[in-house]
Amino acid sequence: MALIELAGIERRFQLGDTTVHALAGLDLQITAGEYVAVMGPSGSGKSTLLNLLGLLDRPQSGTYRLDGRDVTTLSPDEQAKVRSAKIGFVFQSFHLVPRLTAAENIALPMMLAGIPAAERNRRVAKALKDFGLDQRADHKPDQLSGGQRQRVAIARATIMQPPLLLADEPTGNLDRHTGDEVIHLLEELNDRGVTLVVVTHDATLGARARRQLAMEDGRLQRDSARS
Amino acid sequence: MRLADTLRFARDAATGYPVRTALSVLAMAIGVAAVVLLTALGDGARRYVVGQFSSLGTNLVIVLPGRSGTGGFNPANAITSTPRDLTIDDAASLRRLPHVRRVAPLAVGTSEMAFGGKLREVMVAGSTAEFIPIRHFELAQGKALPDEDWNHGSSVAIIGAKLHEELFGATPALGQLIRIGDRRLRVIGVLKPSGQGLGMNTDELVIVPVALAQAMFNSNTLFRIMLEANSRDAIPAVKEAALSLLKQRHRGEEDVTVITQDAILATFDKLLGALTLAVAGIAAISLAVAGILVMNVMLVAVTQRTGEIGLLKALGASARTIRLAFLSEAAMLSAAGALVGYGLGQIGAFVLRQLFPVFPAYPPEWAVIAGLGTAIGTGLLFGVMPARRAAQLDPVQALMKR
Ligand SMILES: Nc1ncnc2c1ncn2[C@@H]1O[C@H](COP(=O)(O)OP(=O)(O)OP(=O)(O)O)[C@@H](O)[C@H]1O
Ligand SMILES: [Mg+2]
Repeated sequence: MALIELAGIERRFQLGDTTVHALAGLDLQITAGEYVAVMGPSGSGKSTLLNLLGLLDRPQSGTYRLDGRDVTTLSPDEQAKVRSAKIGFVFQSFHLVPRLTAAENIALPMMLAGIPAAERNRRVAKALKDFGLDQRADHKPDQLSGGQRQRVAIARATIMQPPLLLADEPTGNLDRHTGDEVIHLLEELNDRGVTLVVVTHDATLGARARRQLAMEDGRLQRDSARS
Repeated sequence: MRLADTLRFARDAATGYPVRTALSVLAMAIGVAAVVLLTALGDGARRYVVGQFSSLGTNLVIVLPGRSGTGGFNPANAITSTPRDLTIDDAASLRRLPHVRRVAPLAVGTSEMAFGGKLREVMVAGSTAEFIPIRHFELAQGKALPDEDWNHGSSVAIIGAKLHEELFGATPALGQLIRIGDRRLRVIGVLKPSGQGLGMNTDELVIVPVALAQAMFNSNTLFRIMLEANSRDAIPAVKEAALSLLKQRHRGEEDVTVITQDAILATFDKLLGALTLAVAGIAAISLAVAGILVMNVMLVAVTQRTGEIGLLKALGASARTIRLAFLSEAAMLSAAGALVGYGLGQIGAFVLRQLFPVFPAYPPEWAVIAGLGTAIGTGLLFGVMPARRAAQLDPVQALMKR
C-alpha cells in the first residue's frame, strides 16, 4: 500500500498581482520503504512539495493521504500529532537549538511528545552511540563541526522512529566528504525500512536513489518509476 | 509536553539570554520593591501616629471650653456670645458620673522658674493627683500631687527630667524650694524622661496643683478637663453624660466641646490609611510599566526565536505547547522579579527601621500580597499576547527565517 498519495495538489502563492504556481496539479504515490530523490531547477517547487509532505503547509486544493488517512483536513493540533509520530525532518541549515546540548537537541521531539525523562535518556544514549556522537553529548551546536551537526539533526529526526524521513538538501552546507557520510547515514536508515525523500541539486547524489523525480514549474517533469 | 519539561525549557530559554532576562527582572523588581517600601513608609507613619495618640492615655474623653462646629440654633447661645468659664467645680462634678474612672482638670501657662541663681522659662500645667496616671506619665522620684481639695492647692511642684538635670544637676531635688513666677514651691517629684512624642514634651514641664496654677495666671477657666472612661465601650456614654451635665450646670447652654480620643484616632487612622493606599497605587503603576516591559521583552524573544518556534512545530509541538512555553517564561521573569523586589523592599524597610528606630516601617501584609500578585498577574497578562503570537506563527515562514 502507498504510504503517500497526492492527488491534484495545487499550491499557489499570491505575490502582488502575480500568482506563482509552486505546485500545479501534482499526482504522486510513494510506497513505504522507498528511496526518492527530488531534483529540479531552483524555484521549481521542491521545497514546497517537501513542506506539504511534512504537513508544515497546506495545499489550496487536492488531497494528501498519509498511511491511508486524509491529512489535509486535519486541525493544526492533529497535524502536529501526525508530525510528531510519523515524520522526521532534516534541513539544509541543521536547525539545532543553539542553547541546548547535542543530547538535549536529540531529545527535543520526545520532550515535546511528553515521553518520560528516563525513557528519553535511554533512547538518546543509544542514538548518540549509533551516530558516533558519544563524545559530543554535552557539546553545544557551535562546538560541533558541520557534519556532526547534521548527524545530531538526523538523530533528532529519527528518535521518534517515524516511518517517513524528509530531507531538504541535507548536504547543501557540507563539503563533499562529510556530505557523502551524511547520505550514507540516511541510506542506512532507508535500508532499515524508513521511507526517505531527499531534495538535492547534486545529480550524482540524486542518481544513488532508487527513484528520481524531476520537477519544473511546479509539475512533475519526469518520474523514473514511470518511464 | 510535561509540565516539568515546559518549566525547564522556559527557564533555559530565559537564562539563555541573560541581558534581557536581567533587565525585565530588574524592572519588575523595582516595581515590587517600590510597593513594599512605600507602603512600609505609609503604614509606618500611620502606626507611628496611632501609637503616639494611644500614649496620650487610654479611653480618654476631653472637655474643651467653647463650642465648635454647628449644633443647631439655641436661643441661649444667641444672647451670651462669650463662652462661660470651665471651672474646677465643673471638673469636680464630672467625678460623680457613672463609668468614669478618673478626672483631671488642666490649666496651662508659661512662667519663669528659678533655683540656685539659674533661671529659665517653663511650661506650667495645673492639675490634680490623677493627671499623671491619666496621661500615662511616670515618676522617676518622689510622689504625685497630694490628694486634696481641688480648690485649695498646696505649694508643691513636680518637675520634668530636663528641668531637673539643668537646674539641679547632681544635687538632690526632692524637698528643695524653687521659685516659679513670684511663688516658692517645694519639689515633691521628678518625672521620667519621656523622649519625644506627640503633644506635650514633659521634660520641660512643671506640674502644680490646679488651684495654684489658676492663681498664678490669674484666671478662672480651665484649658481642658480630661476624663478616663472605665472601658472603651463606655466612651460614648461618658461623652453624652459629660455634655448634658455641663449643659445643665451652665444653665442650659451648650458652651463646651467634648471630644473623644477614639474619634481623633479614627480620623488619623483613616487619613493615613488612605495615604498608604494612594502611595501603593502610585507604586502599582510602576508594576504595570514593568508588565509592559516584560511584554516587549517577550515579543522580542518571539522574534529572536522565530526559527526555533518553526522548528518546534516541525518536530510536532502543538500550538498549546508553544503558548505554554512562552507564557511560563513570562511568568518566570515576573515571578523572579517579584521575589527579588520583595527582598529589596524588605531590606529597604529594614534599613529605614535601623536609621529611624521610632518609626515602625513594616510593609502591611495586604500590600505585600497585592504587590506580588499584581507583578505575577501583569507578567502573565502581558505574556499572553507574545505567547499567542508565537503559537500562531506559520511553521514554514518561521523555519525559513534565519
Ligand atoms: N512563502 C512564499 N511566498 C511566495 N512565494 C513563494 C513562497 N514560498 C515559495 N514561493 C515560490 O514558490 C516557488 C517554489 O518555491 P520552492 O521554495 O518550492 O522552490 P525550490 O524548488 O525549493 O527552489 P530551491 O532549489 O531554490 O530551493 C518559487 O517560485 C517561490 O518563489
Ligand atoms: Mg528549496
